[in-house]
Amino acid sequence: MKISPSKIISLLFFTFSGFYLYTAHQIQVFTFDENAAFNAKTFPIYLGYAGLIFSALYVILPETKPSNVDLTVLDYKKTITLVILMVLYGLTILRVGYFLSTSIFLVLSYIVLGERKWIWIFLLSFPFVAIFMYLLHGLLNIYLRDPFLQFIGVMG
Amino acid sequence: MIEGILIGLETAFSLKNLMMVMIGCFAGTIIGMLPGLGPMTAIALMIPITYGFEPSTGLILMAGVYYGAVFGGSTSSILINAPGIPGTVATSFDGYPMAQQGKAGKALAIAAYSSFAGGTIAAIFLLIAAPSLSKVSLAFRSPDYFGLMILGLTAVSAFSAKGHFLKAMMMVVLGLMLASVGQDTLSDIPRFTFNNMNLSDGISFVLVVMATFAMSEALTIIFKANDPTRVAKQISLSQLGSIKLDKEETKKMVTTIPRSSVLGFIIGVLPGAGSTIASFLAYGMERNFVNDDEKQKFGKGSVNGLAAPETANNAACSGSFVPLLTLGIPGSGTTAVMLGALLGFGIQPGPRLYQTNPEIFWSVIMSMYIGMVILLILNLPLIPYIARVLATPRTFLIPLILFFSVTGIYLMSFNNFDIYMMIGIALVATILRLYDFPMPPLILAFVLGGLMEENLRRSLLISDGSWSFLWDRPLTLIIMITIFFIVGWQVYKSFLKKSSKLLQK
Repeated sequence: MKISPSKIISLLFFTFSGFYLYTAHQIQVFTFDENAAFNAKTFPIYLGYAGLIFSALYVILPETKPSNVDLTVLDYKKTITLVILMVLYGLTILRVGYFLSTSIFLVLSYIVLGERKWIWIFLLSFPFVAIFMYLLHGLLNIYLRDPFLQFIGVMG
Repeated sequence: MIEGILIGLETAFSLKNLMMVMIGCFAGTIIGMLPGLGPMTAIALMIPITYGFEPSTGLILMAGVYYGAVFGGSTSSILINAPGIPGTVATSFDGYPMAQQGKAGKALAIAAYSSFAGGTIAAIFLLIAAPSLSKVSLAFRSPDYFGLMILGLTAVSAFSAKGHFLKAMMMVVLGLMLASVGQDTLSDIPRFTFNNMNLSDGISFVLVVMATFAMSEALTIIFKANDPTRVAKQISLSQLGSIKLDKEETKKMVTTIPRSSVLGFIIGVLPGAGSTIASFLAYGMERNFVNDDEKQKFGKGSVNGLAAPETANNAACSGSFVPLLTLGIPGSGTTAVMLGALLGFGIQPGPRLYQTNPEIFWSVIMSMYIGMVILLILNLPLIPYIARVLATPRTFLIPLILFFSVTGIYLMSFNNFDIYMMIGIALVATILRLYDFPMPPLILAFVLGGLMEENLRRSLLISDGSWSFLWDRPLTLIIMITIFFIVGWQVYKSFLKKSSKLLQK
């Protein structure tokens, strides 16, 4: 028997709803609130049941409009690389600073996606981020902590 | 009302706000033009910037972005047959054939004039309808609001999910679940935080919007190996032909615009229906109204066929502001994003907004007019130049979208936990999108989650835990019957109709 990906996702959502419902029941409410008509766990409990019902219905009922996706044409390599780059960007943004981490992220992303026009790669990374940072500081007064720029003395 | 209009004009016509409408329209046009990126993404990308402004300025900027993005969507529909948003699909039926006949400039002008007229007429309706509806909606009680929110969520799932009703309902529940993370508003009891301090304030609205729209759209383009700008490279974007319309074309538009505006506005007011349904209905309606000769031209470059959906599309955009401004309940994904932004400013839209923050209420309405004028006088002549954006290689486009998304959330929280959470949500959203699980219901539910719980809490406490509040008041009962009708219709359409067809076979 072949089960469609949409049904697998619904099955996962069913499991998630079950976990959500279990966690909702574990929410500690104040003693005087326990038998109240509505407390902190009432709404989440209803949501848990709603999730179970809708996902179960999708799994049980026949699919009226199946989604056909050709998995062979999907570009896993570039997508995963971009996600890894984003995670690394998130990891370095506080430690290295906004300017350097953002510029490097942009340069690497352009290259990963196949761009080889080096002048544009440069212009749309380091100078672009510098202008963007200036706009944030100068126009919107948004302070961006940047250890790298502080280290080289550009930022106070 | 006159006083309010004057306050609105004064606010909207301040130099700063005029600049914001211009920037908004311009940025919106560019973002909306890029296939796959619609008004929701455009507004989402703007939210972090708007938090540096006053609420009225921020909202004016977002309204400009909204109209600009809708206009931009029409441009890509006409020029490269790649609608930026579902609302402009009907535009491509006659707009693209006109462009192929060498009349791209004319098609763009028809789209711009129709958008302007539709948006302006609908804004006049909004001007009249919103204050009156605000007064009526003061009679609404918690059960009615709770019912209206369920109605909005059900309607969005039914109408915007293109036959994937159950999938949309799952997304609604997921949106509400995400909204329930964090401290309970009344008792401050932590829920679903798993002792993580970063979750105690809940999940940021901007994070969810950025993740499910901007970031996930960018990842989807890469994942599906699409190049949305490929077609643009094959056509000449600098030679679009004349934008002047002759007498006959103008005459055709004059008859089409009023009826499509009325239809678009009414459809826009209805929760969930929105610009997509409005544009298709207007296209269908126009086809029935015209004579047989003109009917033959539909799909081959008809002026009426282009003007009707464009007018209705923009009129529906104005109409969708009615439930947002008068009830505080958005009727579409885009207005849900705007509601989230308003809540971020500490403003609760609803019937009292008209009295408590008249400058916001009126300046948004006034900025719609200004936005329309700017789109017409600034964007139309610049189209040959703006259209070059369509040829931006995706190798630059995608990293820049990802950069704006990450920066947007970083500027709000200055911690990397939120960045990781955004990446996680974006990945899940990308997979869900791949299998037609719609995102607008999720956003609408996420925005409405807190309000919904609040109104359910009040209703249940007043009725002492009994669910009879759902049918005690006639208004709530009518709303509930409408919800059952929508659900029943979906069940019939999806399952019973199919079963009867199978039996007949």
